[in-house]
Amino acid sequence: MNKTYSALNLFREGLRGQRGWTPAWRSPKPKPKYDVIIIGGGGHGLATAYYLAKNHGVKNVALLEKGWIGGGNSGRNTTVVRSDYYYPESAALYDLSVRLYEGLSRDLNYNIMFSQRGMMVLTHSEAEMEMAARQVNAMQINGIDSQLLETEGVRKLAPILNFGREARYPIHGAMYQPRGGTARHDAVVWGFARGADSFGVDIIQNCEVTDVIVEAGRATGVATTRGEIRANRIGAAVAGHSSVLAQMAGYKLPIHSYALQAFVSEPLKPVMDTVAFSPAYGTYFSQSDKGGLVIGGGLDRIPSYGQRGNLPVHETVLGGLCEMVPMLSKVKLLRHWGGIVDVTPDSSPIIGPSGVDGLYLDCGWGTGGFKAIPAGGYMLAHILATGEHHELSRPFDLSRFTKGRLIDEGAASGISH
Amino acid sequence: MQLFPCPFCGLRNEREFHYMAEPGKFRPDTSSQISAEDWAAYLYDTRNEKGRVREIWMHQTCRELFVMERDSVTMNVLGSTSLRASAGEAAE
Repeated sequence: MNKTYSALNLFREGLRGQRGWTPAWRSPKPKPKYDVIIIGGGGHGLATAYYLAKNHGVKNVALLEKGWIGGGNSGRNTTVVRSDYYYPESAALYDLSVRLYEGLSRDLNYNIMFSQRGMMVLTHSEAEMEMAARQVNAMQINGIDSQLLETEGVRKLAPILNFGREARYPIHGAMYQPRGGTARHDAVVWGFARGADSFGVDIIQNCEVTDVIVEAGRATGVATTRGEIRANRIGAAVAGHSSVLAQMAGYKLPIHSYALQAFVSEPLKPVMDTVAFSPAYGTYFSQSDKGGLVIGGGLDRIPSYGQRGNLPVHETVLGGLCEMVPMLSKVKLLRHWGGIVDVTPDSSPIIGPSGVDGLYLDCGWGTGGFKAIPAGGYMLAHILATGEHHELSRPFDLSRFTKGRLIDEGAASGISH
Repeated sequence: MQLFPCPFCGLRNEREFHYMAEPGKFRPDTSSQISAEDWAAYLYDTRNEKGRVREIWMHQTCRELFVMERDSVTMNVLGSTSLRASAGEAAE
C-alpha cells in the first residue's frame, strides 16, 4: 500500500505493475452529525477542509459536493495565479495565496505543477502606460513583485505578440508580475481532497444541499439528497450559486451570477512562455504544458446560471486573440466552456459571517477564484475554527457594503468585472 | 447570437441590449433619516434567482427601458413588456 507519492514509490510500483496504489480519497457515507459542514467541493471548499484539519485540528468535518470533485468552476478556469492588485487589503490576501501556492506541491505531497512563468498586462497607449506606472508603484508599496516593461521588455518575454504599428492596438509596454503564473487546476483540487481525506475529513460527492436548517436564527444543519446532516458550524464555498444558498438560509447577498467562458486550442509546439492579458483586446492566453493555448476573456453581458458558452463572447475573445497574435488565427479550438461566477459590486470577495449565526461565507471571487483557492480556504478555516475573522479577511466582511468601505478592485486594478 | 424582443422595435440582436436591474426596489425617501442597512440593501442586495427571472433591460439603440422575463438557466426569453404596461399590470 502506497500512501506517499515519491520517485522511489513510483519506481517500486513500476516493478510491481502499479498494483499498490490506493484511491486518493475515500467515498464515505455521510454521518448524521459533524463538528463542521463545508458546502461545496471546489478548490475553496477543499482548501477550507484541509486547513481546518491541518492548522486547527478540526477533523470531524463533512465536505458536501453536489456533483464530483473538480467538476465545477475548479475545472473550468484558466489556471492563472497572480497577486497584482491595487489596494493593500487585496494585495495582502492574494499574495498570501501566491505564497501558499509556492509551497503547495510539497505541502500536499501532490504535484500541482505551479509554474511561475510570469503574468503581463499589456498597455497600448502612453496614457495606459501612465496608469500602469501608477499601479506598479502601488503594488510595489504593497510588497508585490510588479514591474513596468517597455515594448522591448515585452518582446523579449513574448515575441509571438503583434508588435506591428499597424496593429489594432499597438503594444506600448506591460505591467509584469514575475511570480505570477499557472497551476494545474485539477491537481489543486485533487491534492487538497487527498490531503483533507488523509486527516479524516469525509468528502461526500453527489450530495446536493437542498435546504439549510435554521433554528432560532442559527444554522444547525443541512438537508441533502443523501439525508439530513447536522453541524453547529457551516462554511459555504459555492461560487456561482451563492445566491441560491442564501435564499435557502434566508440571508441577502450583493451578488450577480454570470457565465465566464474559456477556450483551449489543439496542442502546439511551445510558442508562449508567459501569460499575457490585453484589456483592450479583451483577451488573455497562456500555453499549457500539453501545448494547448488556454484562452480567456471578460464576463458575459447577460446574468446567467447556464454553464455554457455563446457566440458574442467567442467573437470578442477570439477576434481579440487573432489581432493580438495574428499567427494563431489558423489554430483550431479543441473545446470551449462556461462556468458561473459570483460578481460583487466592488469585484472583491465576501468572507465571514453570512448574517445567519453559524453559517460563514467564502464567495464573491468573481472571475478570479482559482488564484485565491489556498487563501480563501485558509481564511474560512480560521473563521470556522475560531468564530472570528483572520486579520486579512476582516476587510472583506459582508458589512463593508453597509459601512461603505468597498474595496473596489474593478475600478482600481481594472479587472474585467 | 440570441434575439431579444424589444417591445418597441421587435426582435433585435442581443448585443443591442443592456441589463439594468431587478424590478421591485424603491428608492428610500432621502429627505428623511435612512439607516445604513436600508440604504445598503437598496443599493446592493439582489435576488439573483436561478430559473425564471423578471428583469429591467435597456434596448440601447432606442434607449427605452422595459421588463423582460426569461429563464436564467436555459436562457429562453419568455416575454417582454414596456415599463408603462408593466406598471399598469402592477397597479391593477
